[in-house]
Amino acid sequence: MKPLLEVKGLSMDFGGIRALDHLDLRVNQGEIVALIGPNGAGKTTFFNCLTGLYRPTAGELLLTPPGGRTKRLGGLKPNLVTRQGLARTFQNIRLFPNMTVLENVMIGRHCRTRAKVLGAIFRDRRTRKEEKEIVAASLSILKELGLSDVINEFAKNLPYGAQRRLEIARALATDPLILLLDEPAAGMNPQETRELDELICRIRDKGLSILLIEHDMKLVMSLSDHIFVMDYGRKIAEGTPDEIRTDPAVIKAYLGEDMDDA
Amino acid sequence: MLTLKDLGKACLIALWFVVLTFPLMVIKVNPIDRIITWRWHNMLWVGLGSFLCYLAGRIWLARRDVRLRRIRQGLAEEKPPLSRRILQNPAIWRPLLAAGVLFFLAFPALFSTYQTNIMITALMYVVLGLGLNIVVGVAGLLDLGYVAFYAVGAYAYALLNLHFGLGFWTVLPIGGLLAATFGILLGFPVLRLRGDYLAIVTLGFGEIIRLILENWNEFSHGPSGISNIPRPGLFGIQMSLDQSITYLYYLMIGMVTFTIFVVNRLQNSRIGRAWFALREDEIACQAMGIDKTRTKLTAFALGATWAGMVGVIFAAKTTFVNPASFTFLESAIILCIVVLGGMGSIVGVIIAALVLILLPEYLRAFSEYRMLVFGAVLVVMMVFRPQGIVANIRKTYQVEEK
Repeated sequence: MKPLLEVKGLSMDFGGIRALDHLDLRVNQGEIVALIGPNGAGKTTFFNCLTGLYRPTAGELLLTPPGGRTKRLGGLKPNLVTRQGLARTFQNIRLFPNMTVLENVMIGRHCRTRAKVLGAIFRDRRTRKEEKEIVAASLSILKELGLSDVINEFAKNLPYGAQRRLEIARALATDPLILLLDEPAAGMNPQETRELDELICRIRDKGLSILLIEHDMKLVMSLSDHIFVMDYGRKIAEGTPDEIRTDPAVIKAYLGEDMDDA
Repeated sequence: MLTLKDLGKACLIALWFVVLTFPLMVIKVNPIDRIITWRWHNMLWVGLGSFLCYLAGRIWLARRDVRLRRIRQGLAEEKPPLSRRILQNPAIWRPLLAAGVLFFLAFPALFSTYQTNIMITALMYVVLGLGLNIVVGVAGLLDLGYVAFYAVGAYAYALLNLHFGLGFWTVLPIGGLLAATFGILLGFPVLRLRGDYLAIVTLGFGEIIRLILENWNEFSHGPSGISNIPRPGLFGIQMSLDQSITYLYYLMIGMVTFTIFVVNRLQNSRIGRAWFALREDEIACQAMGIDKTRTKLTAFALGATWAGMVGVIFAAKTTFVNPASFTFLESAIILCIVVLGGMGSIVGVIIAALVLILLPEYLRAFSEYRMLVFGAVLVVMMVFRPQGIVANIRKTYQVEEK
C-alpha cells in the first residue's frame, strides 16, 4: 500500500544556504510521525515547504488519500494544499486575534464551502444552509476540544493553552487527512502536555494521521509510531522510538561528540 | 490625584501653545491700511484654555488608569463601552434608530435647500466611507488612492452622457462596474504588497488617475472639466432646482440604505470572514485554505464599486466635474472617516462621516479657526479612543442545547 504522504528528495535553498538537503519522509495512514532535531535543523522550513508557503528547490511531495489517486503537492499554493488535506498549526501561535473563537474555527471551513459574493448578498437558501453547516461543524469541533464555553470570546483573550487548542481546532475544521503540528507543547505545563497527549491520540483514533514537530522528548517518545531526526537540513536517523533512543547519530547531534573520539 | 508635577507640566504646555499660536492669534496684519494689531488678550485665552484642557485630559487618563487597575485586581466589574451597551440593548437602539430614520426622512421638509444639499454631501461620504471600510477596515488593505474610483464613476457619467447621451440610471450601475474593474486593475500589481508599501502604490494610483484627467485634454477636457451634466431624471418629469435636490436627497437615502444592507450581509458571510482573517494574519489565512489573491481582489473590487456609484451621483449633483474635485485630500478625508469611525464598524463609519462632513460646515461660525478645531477634534479622538467611535463588534452565536 502506498503511504499517505511521501516526500522524496526534498531540497530547499535560500540563496547559497541549503536549508533542506534531499529529505525523504513517509507518513502512513493513521500513524503519528514525529520530526525532531536541534534548533535550526530545518523542521519548520520542512513544514513550510509541505504546506506551500515555500516553493521547494527540488523534490517531490506525493499525497495518496485512502482509495484515491496520488497527487503532487509541490508548487501548489498554500490554500490548495490545505484543500488537498494538509492542515497545520504554527510554532508561534497565529490565530486571528480580533475574531471570536467560533469565527476562527469557521475560517477553517472556508476551503470546504462555496458561497460567493452574490450568495452573501441575497442569502439564498443554499447559502443559508451552508452557513448553518459551517456553524454546526465548528461548534462540534470546539466542543470536542473543550472550548465551547468561550465561543464568543476574542481569540486574543484566551489563555495560552486554550489558544494552542484553538489552533488545532481551526486546523481540524479544514477536514484534513494529515494534521501538521509545529511544537504544540511549547510553553505548556506538565498538566497541559498530558492533556495534549490525550488529545493527539483521540485525533489519531478518528482516522487522521499526524506529523508532529516537538522538543518535548517524553511526549514524542510516548506518542510516536515513527520518528525522523534531522540536523543541518539532512535526515540523520529514522525509526521507532526505541531505535532512536539508542541511535549514535542522534545522541551525537543532541549531546555533541564524545571528547575521546575527537 | 493631581501632583505638582502635573501642574508644572500643564504650565509648560500652556506656554508652548501660546508661543505656537502667537503668529496666528496675536498678530493681525491689515495689508491695505498697513496696520498691525496686537491682540495680546488672546495670549491669555490660549494659555488658560490649553492649561485647563491639559488638566482635564490628565484627570480623565488618571481615572481610567485607576479603573483599569481595579478591574485587574478584581475589585470592579469591567463595564462594556457605551457604544456596545447601546448596540446590544434593543430597548435602547430601536427607538434611537426609529428617531434617526424619521429625522432623515423628514429632513428636506424641516430644513432649507441649503441644509439638504449639505446633508446630501454628508450622505455621499457615508457611502464612500462604507465602501473604503471594506478595503481598509475589514480586509486591512491601506488604500490611499480611493478617490480614484470616485473619479472613475464621476467621469464615467460625464463622458458617457456627453458622447452617447446615456442617462443617470443607465450609468449608475455602469459606473459601479467600471470602478470595480479599476479596483481589480489596481489589485493585481499590489497583491504582494502590504502596509506602507501598499499605501504608497495606492497613493500613486490615485494621483495617476487625477493627472490623466488633468492632462489628457482630448479625453477628459483637462482642468476645465465637463459641465452641463444632467441631474438624475424621474420618468422624464420636469423638476425645479429645489425639487430635484429633494429628489436627490431621497435617492441618496436609498443608496445609503442599500449600501448598509449589502455591506452588512457581506461582512457576516463566508467572504467577510475571509476578509477579516486576511486583515488579522495573512499567512495563517492562506494556511487555512483561503485564496489570498481572490479575497484581496474581491475586497478591492467591492470597495471600489461604491466609490464608482457615488461618483456618478456626485457628477449628477454638481452637474460639473473637473479633476480638482479628486485630490488626495478627498482620499484622506474618507480614510479619516473609516479610522475615526472604527475599523470594520458600520455604525461607527456612519457617525464619523456625518460628524466629519457636517462639523466643518456648521463650524463656519468660527470661520478661520474651523480647520483648527477640526484638527483638534481628530487629535483628541485618536488620543482617547484610538479604536474609533464604535469599536469593531463581532457577531455572537448561541449554542443550542439539545
